[in-house]
Amino acid sequence: MNLTKIMIVAVGGQGNILAARVIGEAAITVGVPVRMSEFHGMAQRGGVVESMVLLGDGNSSCISDGDADVLLGFEPCETIRAMHKCNAASVVITNIQPVPPFTVGLGMDKYPDVGKAMGKIKNRVQSLVSFDATSLSLQTGSKLSLNMVMLGALAHTLAEPLTPDLFRQVIQEKTKASFVKSNLRAFDLGYEAGSSI
Amino acid sequence: MHYILKNTPGEKVFMLGNEAIARGAIEAGVAFTAAYPGTPSSEIALNFFQVSQETDLYFEYSANEKVSLEMAAGAAMSGLKAMCTMKHVGLNVASDALMTLAYTGVVGPLVLIVADDPFMFSSQNEQDSRFYGKLSGLPILEPSSVSEAKEMTKYAFELSEQLKEPVIVRTTTRINHSSGVVTLGDIQERNTRGSFTKAPFSLVCVPAVSRKLHVKLLENYDKAIAIADISPWNMVQGSGDRLIICNGVSYGYVKDALQDLGQEGQFKILRIGFSHPMPETLIQNTLSGCEKALVVEEGEPYMEESIRSSAQKAGLILPISGKGKDLFSRLYEFDPAMVKKVIASYFGLPFTQKTPVQVSDLPPAPQRPPVLCAGCPHRATYMAIREVLGDDAIYPTDIGCYTLGLLPPLSMGDFLIAMGAGVGTAGGFARATGKKVVAFIGDSTFFHSGLSGLASAVYNNHDFTLVILDNGTTAMTGHQPHPGADINHLGLSLTRLSIENIVKGMGIEKLAVVDPFKYNKTRETIKEIVAHKGISVLISRAPCPLYERTLPHGKKERPFYVNHDKCKNHRDCLTRVACPAFYLEKEKVFIDATACTGCMLCVQICPENAILPVKKESVQ
Repeated sequence: MNLTKIMIVAVGGQGNILAARVIGEAAITVGVPVRMSEFHGMAQRGGVVESMVLLGDGNSSCISDGDADVLLGFEPCETIRAMHKCNAASVVITNIQPVPPFTVGLGMDKYPDVGKAMGKIKNRVQSLVSFDATSLSLQTGSKLSLNMVMLGALAHTLAEPLTPDLFRQVIQEKTKASFVKSNLRAFDLGYEAGSSI
Repeated sequence: MHYILKNTPGEKVFMLGNEAIARGAIEAGVAFTAAYPGTPSSEIALNFFQVSQETDLYFEYSANEKVSLEMAAGAAMSGLKAMCTMKHVGLNVASDALMTLAYTGVVGPLVLIVADDPFMFSSQNEQDSRFYGKLSGLPILEPSSVSEAKEMTKYAFELSEQLKEPVIVRTTTRINHSSGVVTLGDIQERNTRGSFTKAPFSLVCVPAVSRKLHVKLLENYDKAIAIADISPWNMVQGSGDRLIICNGVSYGYVKDALQDLGQEGQFKILRIGFSHPMPETLIQNTLSGCEKALVVEEGEPYMEESIRSSAQKAGLILPISGKGKDLFSRLYEFDPAMVKKVIASYFGLPFTQKTPVQVSDLPPAPQRPPVLCAGCPHRATYMAIREVLGDDAIYPTDIGCYTLGLLPPLSMGDFLIAMGAGVGTAGGFARATGKKVVAFIGDSTFFHSGLSGLASAVYNNHDFTLVILDNGTTAMTGHQPHPGADINHLGLSLTRLSIENIVKGMGIEKLAVVDPFKYNKTRETIKEIVAHKGISVLISRAPCPLYERTLPHGKKERPFYVNHDKCKNHRDCLTRVACPAFYLEKEKVFIDATACTGCMLCVQICPENAILPVKKESVQ
């Protein structure tokens, strides 16, 4: 398959790395070459977590500015922060439910107007899918399934053999047994939400 | 069974770089492992720790990197296959032992993993550890991918066995924290019982012995050059009169760049994987007939200088470039687009870069700096000290989560350079300025390199206060145990050391232990402790809440809320405590109940007693 570069951004605790690992496991199951790198310097302490997933032939495990095919944002201001990774042909999929940094909570900084920002982003990339993924995850009973909601939406951007059913299979096999049910439900909710891609 | 022990040769597995390194060592039959944790190397040690729980592999968290290398050296001198892992600055600590271990050499193989951190994702500097090869005379291997990290680690044991010298495997964060597809190999049987043959006149490095041993090291060095010259880790690919020499992750960037530029196979690429000693003959042969060469390496011009010198020796005259204006920087990480751009401009190739979308008019995303967690005991200690001494004292600090105390409003942290340097520099600040000095050190860091600094301070009659922030774990790197930590729940028969007894044993009489969440008592104790002339020590002890939550007895305390009938909006909680569980809404302070750990620090600060426990029935 053609090289697909997926940039995933999130806040510590949102399960970004597990989502990236599911993509990796799915790829290896069907023999698609995959490389991934993750950055979570001080994530537990409220920082940003980035994963880069590269599917297809190649050698790098890193995505340069303007080079992401897909930007998957678990949090809207992290999506805005990572926009420099996108080009005019990129697909942006983002949660619109904010997790404000503590600096905003304490009134030291300002949270951006998400609607306005998304309006600008929409005109600059091939497509933008923005939705309240946090609320969808809550429908499964736990905010922790946000990563699977995002993965569901992402599934629309990937071609054969990385099919939604393959992801469902990997979620079944590789995520914690007690979460499988809510994870699968979350994946399907995300898949529905992303159907406009 | 631990997944890195899987005995299914040929199976393809998606692994983290650090897991692949651990797997490579397991495949090589490693029997003895030791480490002090340090990002980005920590997961290698974690894997060994886990494997040691279910097999006869020996693993220990040593007090620091020097001890871990010495442990591994003792095992290797007894014929066992040994490994120790560390971050780049850890090798500074271990280097004293390493330099002379290179003289004695080893009996069984010893592999040292050193993980560099270009861009300093989580480090205090971005030093290039390859220079330790030159300094010690020891071989260095550098993988370019996750799968190669496994294979090279395995090979490092063979090389060490062959040369009877320790071998260094140098990685960068982009290898340690990348995942890729790894093909599992056979696992060699572990031999865990060694024997030591006495040979004091070749192992006890007194001057007369070392003079002989240095000769042996240089002979080994020559052998290593001969091996490097024909090593399959140093590969020449493609053809033509334009040459690119690269190492590590840069190799992948170069390959991808040449493909994007439509130049695949039309350049000669020399990938250096065995990078110390550099393969001089191979380099000369590869340069010969080339018009122009570009060296692509993150960090310092380590290869570039060596290549230029090899060219000069062979009388080859051609432009050889790497670092410089319009070329590569010595700073930070590289990325594929940057490498492509430099290759295109240096060799005069047309290229178009993908244009990032315009972002200048997007609303700026607020910074998300790391912060002391909600319920972190360090916050309480820092607040109390700030209340007593404000900005009048000098606060040398140290390496760990507590370094984050530097951020406002706590603003506790005036100088930070290295593990243990808080207590080390404190005496210097105090002598030079005559001002009150309060130094901070974490519990794990205290055992790592605080002990000798404190002993020296007592001996030299210095005048400062040392605050030991004891949260019962090595929190920053992922909650590893240390000599002072209570690890009963792990069922390990290790001996716990008492920080109090150590401090008292050094003859320090002014010592107090506080629970920082008893705020008023802590503040009053601090007043007394800092008034002492000479060395005084405050042990501020309360568990890391993130760690405690994972323990068998761990439970979430009841959270608190702000009663807005009582709150008069003084906002002391916001401006002094600044806990990330607080947030403002319509100019009123709220507490996020899911983040609040119930530490009650803010409760004790609020002048209106407006912060109250959430009623039981309303807790979900």
